[in-house]
Amino acid sequence: MRHLLSTKTLTRDEAIEILDVAEDMAETQFREVRKLPTLRGKTVVNLFFEDSTRTRISFEAAAKRLSADVITFSAKGSSVSKGESLKDTAQTLAAMHADAVVIRHSASGAPQTLADSGWIDAGILNAGDGTHEHPTQALLDAFTMRKRLHGERSRGRALDGVAVTIVGDILHSRVARSNVWLLDTLGAEVTLVAPPTLLPVDLGPWPATVRYDLDDAIAQRPDVLMMLRIQSERMHAAFFPNSREYSRRWGLDDERLARLDPASIVMHPGPMNRGLEISSGAADSPRSTVLEQVANGVSVRMAALYLLLSGDREESTRV
Amino acid sequence: MSARTVLHEADIARALTRISHEILESNRGADDLVILGIPTRGVILAKRIAATISSISGATIVSGALDVTMYRDDLAKHPTRAPQPTTLPPQGIDGRTVVLVDDVLYSGRTIRAALDALTDLGRPRVVRLAALVDRGHRELPIRPDFVGKNLPSSQAERIFVRLTEFDGDDSVTIEGSGE
Repeated sequence: MRHLLSTKTLTRDEAIEILDVAEDMAETQFREVRKLPTLRGKTVVNLFFEDSTRTRISFEAAAKRLSADVITFSAKGSSVSKGESLKDTAQTLAAMHADAVVIRHSASGAPQTLADSGWIDAGILNAGDGTHEHPTQALLDAFTMRKRLHGERSRGRALDGVAVTIVGDILHSRVARSNVWLLDTLGAEVTLVAPPTLLPVDLGPWPATVRYDLDDAIAQRPDVLMMLRIQSERMHAAFFPNSREYSRRWGLDDERLARLDPASIVMHPGPMNRGLEISSGAADSPRSTVLEQVANGVSVRMAALYLLLSGDREESTRV
Repeated sequence: MSARTVLHEADIARALTRISHEILESNRGADDLVILGIPTRGVILAKRIAATISSISGATIVSGALDVTMYRDDLAKHPTRAPQPTTLPPQGIDGRTVVLVDDVLYSGRTIRAALDALTDLGRPRVVRLAALVDRGHRELPIRPDFVGKNLPSSQAERIFVRLTEFDGDDSVTIEGSGE
């Protein structure tokens, strides 16, 4: 694997390979010594143009557990705030011999630009770009579902026939986009639930069913209910009247939680707005996989870094 | 190119039985024995050795697998390898006699990686090495304790180990270049 930019271009076999390698990485995290020497001498740059704590520390933990050196470059207080272009930043990192760049950017397509530009030879990992994609989040979500559904027998399996319902701000959510593409590739059936104002205008090419009513969606007995965060930083227009109304109609409260199938799971990419899209009762229930998602995030990112950095880069021409 | 079979099914069975006896002899019994195979074919050999030891000694010896992919020193020189699962017996390896099992012992680099991997998993009392075939050309100061067959070879030759569980039959063949 040369870069990891989106889940849309991943084939089923590639996706399962990443999940299986993540399975091996997860196993090493229960050992006495959790650090592996695999990426000794490699440099991973975390290039964060947008605030993020969870994804950044998850990538940082993943790189460090594989013994890579991690350099964190956040736009605030850096040369970028002085007006440096993406090109100059990339060339600076190339001159420092970065082997991989984990990039988060508010512009959709920035990681693709970095990968195609020739400014830098490093492997590029998309850690969230604008409202486009967040592939490692989707992979860790798929990993978490697979683990809950298949347990020890997860290896080599996909998510065929699993009913996944994604609820919330689909319009702005790169997590939803990456999940829709990946889940479809893995054979799951995706339903999107949101107020019409928080859905993209043209959902034609999306391999998903759309509903507007959460109670209807819960009545369909989904295996997985994924609640998305209401991103207040992106709520620049009147998408819904007020947060209480949103919470009443599209939030997962205790009463809706009780109506879910006992075997179903509740997911949230974090950080959660407790009381808005998810109640504390739901977030802390045994069905919630919120903390598993965080732990699995490190394993999945270790797998992505391993697959990107370990082989002979001349021979891995696949993008 | 010519291929020549150096070990047949019965030879492999005999070699593994002898290795099992030697392990029992050097360990003075089956106490605290942990047999770990190195994927992929080492795992199968470890399983067979553990079964033989169990039937000779009466004790139940369970084998495991020790993946060394993440500890290799040549990762950057090959296309990306997929790691294999590591499985240890439930009692772990601390204070026990660990016997590493591999199919072909060559440069010794795999074993170097295996020793590093073991260090991260615990602290065995002793580590021994068993190999079905020792073909020489060591690049590190590593030697096997139990060998099925010493097979002096040239570096241009290739050795193939086939095991029923993976390949449908048991055999060791050597493919020469200059014969």
